[in-house]
Amino acid sequence: MKFSATVFNRVVTSSVVAAAVVFGPIFTAVAQAESLKGAGASFPAPLYQKYAREVRKKHPGLKVNYQACGSSCGIRQTKKGTVDFGGSDAAMSDRDINSVKRGVILVPTAGGAVSVVYNLPGVNKLKLSRTTLPLIFAGRITRWNDSRIKKDNPGVKLPNRRITPVVRADGSGTTFIFTNHLSTISRYFKGRVGTSKKPRWPLRRVLKGKGNAGVANLVRRTSGGIGYVNHSFAVKNKIKSAMVQNRSKQFVAPSLSAANRALASVKFPANYRVFVGDSTRGYPIVGLTWMMVYKRYSSPAKAKAVKKWINWVMTDGQKHNGSLQYTKIPASVRKRVLRDMKKVK
Amino acid sequence: MTNSSLQPDSIDENINITSTGGLNHSLDQGFTWVVRSFAFITVFILFWMIWVVYQEAYPAINKFGLGFIFSQDWDTGAPAYGALPYIYGTLISSAIAILIAVPVGLAIALVTSEDFLPKWVKSPIAFLVELIAAIPSVIIGLWGIFVLIPILVPFQQWLYSFFGWIPLFNTEDTSGNNMLTAGIVLAIMILPTMAAISRDVLLVIPKQLRSGAMALGSTRWETIFRVLLPTGFSGIVGAAMLALGRALGETMAVTMVIGNDAFISPSLLDAAYTIPAVLANEFAEAENRLHVGALTYLALILFVLTLLVNIGAVVLVQVLDKNKK
Repeated sequence: MKFSATVFNRVVTSSVVAAAVVFGPIFTAVAQAESLKGAGASFPAPLYQKYAREVRKKHPGLKVNYQACGSSCGIRQTKKGTVDFGGSDAAMSDRDINSVKRGVILVPTAGGAVSVVYNLPGVNKLKLSRTTLPLIFAGRITRWNDSRIKKDNPGVKLPNRRITPVVRADGSGTTFIFTNHLSTISRYFKGRVGTSKKPRWPLRRVLKGKGNAGVANLVRRTSGGIGYVNHSFAVKNKIKSAMVQNRSKQFVAPSLSAANRALASVKFPANYRVFVGDSTRGYPIVGLTWMMVYKRYSSPAKAKAVKKWINWVMTDGQKHNGSLQYTKIPASVRKRVLRDMKKVK
Repeated sequence: MTNSSLQPDSIDENINITSTGGLNHSLDQGFTWVVRSFAFITVFILFWMIWVVYQEAYPAINKFGLGFIFSQDWDTGAPAYGALPYIYGTLISSAIAILIAVPVGLAIALVTSEDFLPKWVKSPIAFLVELIAAIPSVIIGLWGIFVLIPILVPFQQWLYSFFGWIPLFNTEDTSGNNMLTAGIVLAIMILPTMAAISRDVLLVIPKQLRSGAMALGSTRWETIFRVLLPTGFSGIVGAAMLALGRALGETMAVTMVIGNDAFISPSLLDAAYTIPAVLANEFAEAENRLHVGALTYLALILFVLTLLVNIGAVVLVQVLDKNKK
């Protein structure tokens, strides 16, 4: 067959027309469905994915895609503007917020407890006081039959075994919540380790796991191990959690209701950024997670979709928190967020 | 078809075999160029990758220089970064893997290439060993966690209780996530490479050599150790190097079983850390440019390490070959 220019032109034109006829409606359909892209913290990822599924029952056109790439990654992407909303457990600093020209609102979406998980065959109700817990993770208490742990657990037979601390290998919001608590209750820990998403642990013979799953796995298999994971992970993996002391010196086991009690007493400032650190009621190692939304969006349609999404999360969405072991945000705070969301353009 | 009328024995006397025109010639030339450009593109992509990695690593190279290689600190907050514990972990875990995989791999190669087993036994063995190479490394890692470590822990605790006075085994209550376990998992992963290539090498050794050795009255073992293995030596070294390259770069399986503690300890029962493992763990959550720089600097070091290992292998083969003559 001769392949002349005219034939070529005709073929191209007709295929373009055909493609336009076939794919045109699909493109307009995509334009009508509002899709939002989010990325960030992995701690609330299961919850956000549930939100994304449930929100379509009320707003069938709203498509939300959340990528769990980590808290730091969420902040970075929010600063770059490559997402419609970000997620982070460590919140954005004022400097980070000021660097975003479109303005940022921090929306607290859920809270969670961090469990201190351990593996000691034969010991089922381990208690760790406010002096013992920080010293274990600062590397000062290295054996399970240490006199200070014995004092916390009268009558419990503790083995003469080395303590193997298990921490996170990656930077993590969970580590931030945990070290924030330990730094609040112990000056020694604050000086030796400090509050950080990825501190420099002064520990000998430590094991490091990637993600909550990694830590949970290492603790479950290491006899004599102690680590920290999100409460939901400890429940799911059926690992024993230690009871820790709150500010009123009560030993409290981690649970959803104990975490809710602690969060109920928290006062939220105007920018919603609050790191709990300690609590007189309930379980003291709790933290919040935030969605970061912009104050201004490139198109009114996008702004409308974001408002729909956040408003749903702050109202109907909160009902799903409990089933996944996350705490709810107090009603008064939710009302304030809804008021702030009206300003988003 | 017009061609069918042509007689096969009719020769076109006018054919010009030195012609540089026509369709066939340009196809020929075109093909040569396509092949050449593929070769060059591969090399170009390699250099391009090095350049990109170097650029990413530049903030760290600029700040720490060569001191990075000998420093042991790794603190994102300070910031201080040092590569020594990672280099140490990478080299030692790979060395353990090679120490285990070379003898075992050679044994498999000999069993499956010699004739003391019937064919219906040895072909399935060879096939199954090669099948290990097809298992994704995450699966091997999971298997390491759930199957291998529970088996190894009592053995490692026994090592401590009887040989604890040797620094190599001086770790009380080991968790199983340690250098020795990582080495063993790596050895399993590189075994198919080692076994399959050595087997191919042994199979192509000329029959005459074997018959000659046998005819001179040597036993089977003498034939294997004095004739077959020396003849295939360069191929076997090549197999070991290919396997070592895989061990140095292995990421997931090692990350899952090595414990990820950047600390240089003489004990093989202590947790350690390797370069690919720290890249996998920290890259996604890297805090800033310098952190990313330090991680990519580690990647460059891994690249150089692999290069050095390969150069070393080439030199080793040449020196030994020269000594033989």
